[in-house]
Amino acid sequence: MSLSPDVESFAFTPENEERARAHIAKYPEGRQASAVLPLLHLAQAQHGGWLPQAAIEYVAAFLEMPKIRVEEVASFYDMFNTGPTARCQVRICTTTPCWLCGSDDIVAAVEAALGCKVGENTADGRFYLREFECLGACANAPMMWIDDDYYEDLTPERATAVIEALKRGERPAPGPQSGRQGAIPFGGKTTLLEV
Amino acid sequence: MPKLTIDGIEVEVPAGATVFQACELAGREVPHFCYHPRLNIAGNCRMCLVEVEKAPKPVASCAMPAADGMVVHTASEKAKRAQQGVLELLLINHPLDCPICDQGGECDLQDLTLFYGPDSSRFAENKRPVADKYMGPLISTHMTRCIHCTRCVRFANEIAGVEELGATGRGEDMEITTYLEHAVTSELSGNVIDLCPVGALNSKPYEYSARTWELKKHESVDVMDAVGSNIRVDVRGNEVMRILPRLHEDVNEEWISDKTRFVYDGLKKRRLDRPWVKRDGKLEAADWRGAMAAIRSRLDGVAATKIAAIAGDQADLEAMAALKDLMGALGSPNLDCRQDGAKLEGARAGWLFNTTIAGIEQADALLLVGAFPRYEASLVNARIRKRQRMGGFEIGRIGCPGDLTYPTTEVGAGPQSLADLLAGEHSFGEVLEKAERPMVIVGPGALARPDGAAVLAKAREAAERFGMVTDDWNGFNVLHTAASRVGGMDLGLVPGEGGRDVEGILRGARTGEIEVVYLLGADELDTRGLENAFVIYQGSHGDAGARVADVILPGAAYTEKAATWVNLEGRPQRSKLTAFPPGEAKEDWRILRALSEVLDQKLPYDTPAQLRRRIVEPAPRLGRIDRIEAAPWAEFGAAGKLDDAPFVSPIADFYRTCAISRASAVMEACVEEIRGQQLKATGSDD
Repeated sequence: MSLSPDVESFAFTPENEERARAHIAKYPEGRQASAVLPLLHLAQAQHGGWLPQAAIEYVAAFLEMPKIRVEEVASFYDMFNTGPTARCQVRICTTTPCWLCGSDDIVAAVEAALGCKVGENTADGRFYLREFECLGACANAPMMWIDDDYYEDLTPERATAVIEALKRGERPAPGPQSGRQGAIPFGGKTTLLEV
Repeated sequence: MPKLTIDGIEVEVPAGATVFQACELAGREVPHFCYHPRLNIAGNCRMCLVEVEKAPKPVASCAMPAADGMVVHTASEKAKRAQQGVLELLLINHPLDCPICDQGGECDLQDLTLFYGPDSSRFAENKRPVADKYMGPLISTHMTRCIHCTRCVRFANEIAGVEELGATGRGEDMEITTYLEHAVTSELSGNVIDLCPVGALNSKPYEYSARTWELKKHESVDVMDAVGSNIRVDVRGNEVMRILPRLHEDVNEEWISDKTRFVYDGLKKRRLDRPWVKRDGKLEAADWRGAMAAIRSRLDGVAATKIAAIAGDQADLEAMAALKDLMGALGSPNLDCRQDGAKLEGARAGWLFNTTIAGIEQADALLLVGAFPRYEASLVNARIRKRQRMGGFEIGRIGCPGDLTYPTTEVGAGPQSLADLLAGEHSFGEVLEKAERPMVIVGPGALARPDGAAVLAKAREAAERFGMVTDDWNGFNVLHTAASRVGGMDLGLVPGEGGRDVEGILRGARTGEIEVVYLLGADELDTRGLENAFVIYQGSHGDAGARVADVILPGAAYTEKAATWVNLEGRPQRSKLTAFPPGEAKEDWRILRALSEVLDQKLPYDTPAQLRRRIVEPAPRLGRIDRIEAAPWAEFGAAGKLDDAPFVSPIADFYRTCAISRASAVMEACVEEIRGQQLKATGSDD
């Protein structure tokens, strides 16, 4: 992994700094390094979806951690991007349950809708498309994760509709796109009928 | 104390031991890569899998606590299959470049594959390549060979105390690197080369220069500092190819500093390989006879009190004894081994590291006075850090600021702070008072100054006041930087009745009161004062001393003689002849012995054995190799006025402290890169 030195400096906004201090306060004195994950998330959100080298060094200094420790964390988790990405992040789960339910078709449909391949940004720089490992929504497979929201029970058509809506600047309702509530069976409840 | 059965052998192990350690106690070998007894347990190579009865799966023995009644099989069918499987997986991405790999022949992966591995691979796909990382001028990397044991990362974090190495990425993409591929700034970084069980981290200076089986391995002793690290010098022909550490639990454990490890290229440069004599202001090549004759004719008629001798920082015991005898025969009292002007005097306890290096682990509080052990004695510092990591060890510091790799309480900057501490004006006094086995380390920054004797006396007062000296504990320690210092003091290489010390000699040379100065490898002097005098320089390298010399007598460097050095604990250790000195250079004591004959003062020994008998006669302890004799507590130091100046460590540049290291191109590269990076990191310019 290499870090991107393109951005010269990074600092939390006053609001984020306050949030960061609240995260640190959750841990005992001297254990502030425990807050590295929430702080990296804050930094990534503030910087538009990815972490430049300056942000990693800022968080390291903020938590009095060696820089390499923060780089280790940032490079370990797929949720952190260490290179420039578009602001809107589309991640399609392609792990076994989603794959069995046709995630390959979802990937093809989204690639067609966005006009870019997995691992790329769209030409207009608005979307970043990537594959992702299991996101824990197997009961609603196949699914994709866009920014903070899960879009589940996808078919190629539904996935394309979500992407098209996003392209128009709308925020389609997250959750199962099939209309069912949560992960209840498609034919209605089969247990706990009295509840 | 749990009792286990290992392959049918019953062993009882201490509580808290692991299954791996139990197997070792039972004498059963368990293959392993990531486990290292001096590092935290990681359990990530999975090579040490063994079968434990009633456990559903093979167990990683290094990370499994030994429990009472466990029945372990290290070589059962199940264990063997598990070990073989792990090795096959490790080898999937490991390149088959053993024929060109520096680790070949001393590689754990090679050895274990031979005994535990599969005979062939079932992996037909492409191997995973990894880009090599830059880690500085000392460590070369071949990261494709890395098996992710993380020993290097753990070493940097735990032992070296420099959190710069890490593992980025995850799973197959995991890579060992330094942050942004900066050079590792630790003074112990070379040890990761030894720790690396494969050929991923190699010695950059040694790279591709020899194969291990061509090398002759000699056990020797290091002289870069006063620790006396045990080393192994690997030689091909007459050339030192590399230097490695040798295990000595009480001195250097299994580590050595980077200066010790990489200085050897300095042994091949700027060497004095023949005698030189100055004629009409210019040095001319001479032979031994001519050089000796020049000395004889110059010394003719010079009063003994106008002759002086200074022993350098790396002089061996034998040469210093011969020098002392020669000066005695000439009748000169002007003799000194304290090249840096350290005010050491009085009882032996006043110049020893009485606690001993291993003894640091028993201490429970430490006061550093004018010491910066990280660069003055890196392995003493590593031991302090080891003790600090065990917990319950507070460290106070007076003077010599800088990162020691462990937290310290700043007590002050100069002698006055020591006086204040004694007067109870600093809270660290309570820490020392409460401690059961407190210790103090007085460094060269406190002693090599005009009020050094007074500081020494004050430190002694502190040792007594805080109960550092009892019947079974001596917490008073002097830290030296010179390998020759304790030996010189033990031999009594100090000014005789009415004699001059180093400062007096230099002053005398300037005024003409001293006409002849004999420098035995002494280079760390203000040589400007010596221009008026007739200077005889005996040593191995053309450095500061040789530059002002009128006669140069080429001596042997530390790897080129069988000689004795006494380390800071008072532990005599003997090196072996590993390579012959270049050209006409000779063993140092032989030069002095030959000169004595030319000067009609023939010294009464012709063989090393006779000389050593002469040395141990007054001090039998100097003949007891690798044994320490505790020094009785007695008077040392002198009352006097304390200066206000803060303590400053004499080592401004860790990588260049002696003639050998100044001649080394590798050390030069370290200065540029590592030192530069450290200064940038701390933002200081000291």
